[in-house]
Amino acid sequence: MAEASKMQISDEVAIQIVGMNKWYGTFHVLRDINMTVQRGERIVICGPSGSGKSTLIRCINRLEEHQQGQIVVDGTELTNDLKNIDKVRSEVGMVFQHFNLFPHLTILENLTLAPIWVRKVPKKEAEETAMYFLQKVKIPEQAMKYPGQLSGGQQQRVAIARSLCMRPRIMLFDEPTSALDPEMIKEVLDTMIQLAEEGMTMLCVTHEMGFAQAVANRVIFMDQGQIVEQNEPKEFFNNPKSDRTKLFLSQILGH
Amino acid sequence: MDKHFARSEMLPPLPPPLTERGVVKWLRENLFSTPFNIALTLFGILVLWWLVSTSLPWWLNSVWVADSLGQCRDIVAANAGEGATGACWASIHVWWGAFIFGFYPPEEWWRPILAFGLLFAALAPVLFAGQKRNLTLLLGVVAAFLLVTLWLAGTPTLAFLLAVALIAGLVGLAQVAPGRLLWFTLVYPALCFWLLWGGSIWSPLVAMAGFAVLYAVFRAASPLIGLSPAAGAGFVAAVLWWLYLDAPVAAALQSVLPLAIEAINSDQFGGFLLATVIGVTGISFSLPIGILLALGRQSDMLIVKTLSVGFIEFVRGVPLITLLFTASLLLQYFLPPGTNFDIILRVIILVTFFAAAYLAEVIRGGLAALPRGQYEAADALGLDYWRAQRLIILPQALKISIPAIVSTFIGLFKDTTLVSFVGLMDPLRGVTTILRADINWKGIYWEPYIFVGFIFFLICFGMSRYSMYLEKKLKTDHR
Repeated sequence: MAEASKMQISDEVAIQIVGMNKWYGTFHVLRDINMTVQRGERIVICGPSGSGKSTLIRCINRLEEHQQGQIVVDGTELTNDLKNIDKVRSEVGMVFQHFNLFPHLTILENLTLAPIWVRKVPKKEAEETAMYFLQKVKIPEQAMKYPGQLSGGQQQRVAIARSLCMRPRIMLFDEPTSALDPEMIKEVLDTMIQLAEEGMTMLCVTHEMGFAQAVANRVIFMDQGQIVEQNEPKEFFNNPKSDRTKLFLSQILGH
Repeated sequence: MDKHFARSEMLPPLPPPLTERGVVKWLRENLFSTPFNIALTLFGILVLWWLVSTSLPWWLNSVWVADSLGQCRDIVAANAGEGATGACWASIHVWWGAFIFGFYPPEEWWRPILAFGLLFAALAPVLFAGQKRNLTLLLGVVAAFLLVTLWLAGTPTLAFLLAVALIAGLVGLAQVAPGRLLWFTLVYPALCFWLLWGGSIWSPLVAMAGFAVLYAVFRAASPLIGLSPAAGAGFVAAVLWWLYLDAPVAAALQSVLPLAIEAINSDQFGGFLLATVIGVTGISFSLPIGILLALGRQSDMLIVKTLSVGFIEFVRGVPLITLLFTASLLLQYFLPPGTNFDIILRVIILVTFFAAAYLAEVIRGGLAALPRGQYEAADALGLDYWRAQRLIILPQALKISIPAIVSTFIGLFKDTTLVSFVGLMDPLRGVTTILRADINWKGIYWEPYIFVGFIFFLICFGMSRYSMYLEKKLKTDHR
């Protein structure tokens, strides 16, 4: 994946987070988060469970509300204004750990639903787009089946295709391979690598360190709701600075 | 076994052994598996034998045509000997009209019959959405039923021809554009109301126009003041229309172009006609209200939530009979003086609210059963609240709740017999009491109750089967 890391990153800012804090009741989950994501950047966020990494990316499309600070996505600040939230959500695609496909709809209907109802794309055009992306994730033959009939890996690839059908400029991945059997992780990672090669801005919460080394421009390590360390993948893995990072890396790479 | 083993060919599947198949296996596993089960089986057979042997003669000696109970007994004695028992279905035969229509004038019976037939034509596109074959089949049955019964009921020629033309048009429409049948479903409530109660055709049309007013105000106001306030404004406009403009406009139209059929008063309704009118209206209106209440209860908006919870808990906490008494007595006090609010309409409204409160809780259960990920995925795709509810959440929540929803519907339909407490002539207590007070049939007991029970069973069983069909059709987790 040498060429992937060579891909250019533009100067344009895709996401800017300034002094962001979030609490669940009295529990301080995210503490003073500051980060800037350039367009075309591919960022992997890792850290122990409960470190707030999922919460962080869920704040970026307002699935979670932040209480302090500023999140600006593609020039739109996330506030309580529903119009802004809708605008951001239509620019940002999200892939979940548990796929969250709609079980009562066929694969094709899963893919065309949002384009038809949110983007007002004509049905025929939406179906063509859907088939294009199904081809891209290599399962066009499953279009007429229901999610329950597909394997986990196939479902996750459908979920990725479903997000892509909305033509997002940013993709968020929330532990996309954690619920998959080992045999199926690769097919999903391949799809994500392909996406990275095409220059998609990606934020990915994952424990797949191989993926991080292959495609990420930057690895962010979080613990106790704060960003502990961030660096280029090579430096991050070979030469971690903080003790907490060293401990974490020794635990996940140690076996 | 050797330490090193590698299979060179995979084993093919074999059929199960003989003892694992067929009737013998079923009998052994289900009826004679343990000594206790053997005893239970034998006891069951004994009870069945006793039931059948004691009641069979009564069924076999049934009398279908007679003028009185005494005559019935004479016929049974003549046929089966002195002291034999026999059912006297002749009572049902004689009182058939009252069981079905109450005191509805016989020369107007074609109107409820037509309304009943068209009910299924109106339900067809809802029950079998997009299934042309089932749709056509159901419409064909309706057409056949109407042709025969309307002819038997002595329908006036013009009405008969119009009805035939209408049903032929519907069957034709089902072939060309099945989706368009929903328009008939929308018009049906007004048509049914007019057929049953009669009077000027303008009153149901003008009442329906209230919905047009609602929609027009909503469309005109929504770009100016937003969706929810516009919906509220439309609702207020519609209520004002119904309260102040409805009656004068209908009267004016009637005086310009008089089109009316004989008006039938609510106290002439009875029997299964009454049960069906209350049951069907209650069922079709309680579902949407129940859905809104369930969503309201889950809402983040404090006022909406409080109102929903208050409504649900109040209505569920009060016996239905209390509500019915409210309908018949108290409601009159709250309405402006001089309003003539029909008793059946009042009962329908309260039965609907009663069922809606139960449905709201049933649907809330379905909503709660959905994983949070479904809401999040809908949000992440940019669907707004109503679209997410309509396209993602409700289809799944309602599917989960089908058995409980149908149970509530069946309960509602059977509860329609309680209207006898407010003086309406329901089939179970109302008509049966009148029959048993008839001098000719004094002393009859089982037959009318069995008959009414049987009809209720048929209808409720039908609903239950339809729900099973629907569940099977909507099943998408093929695991």
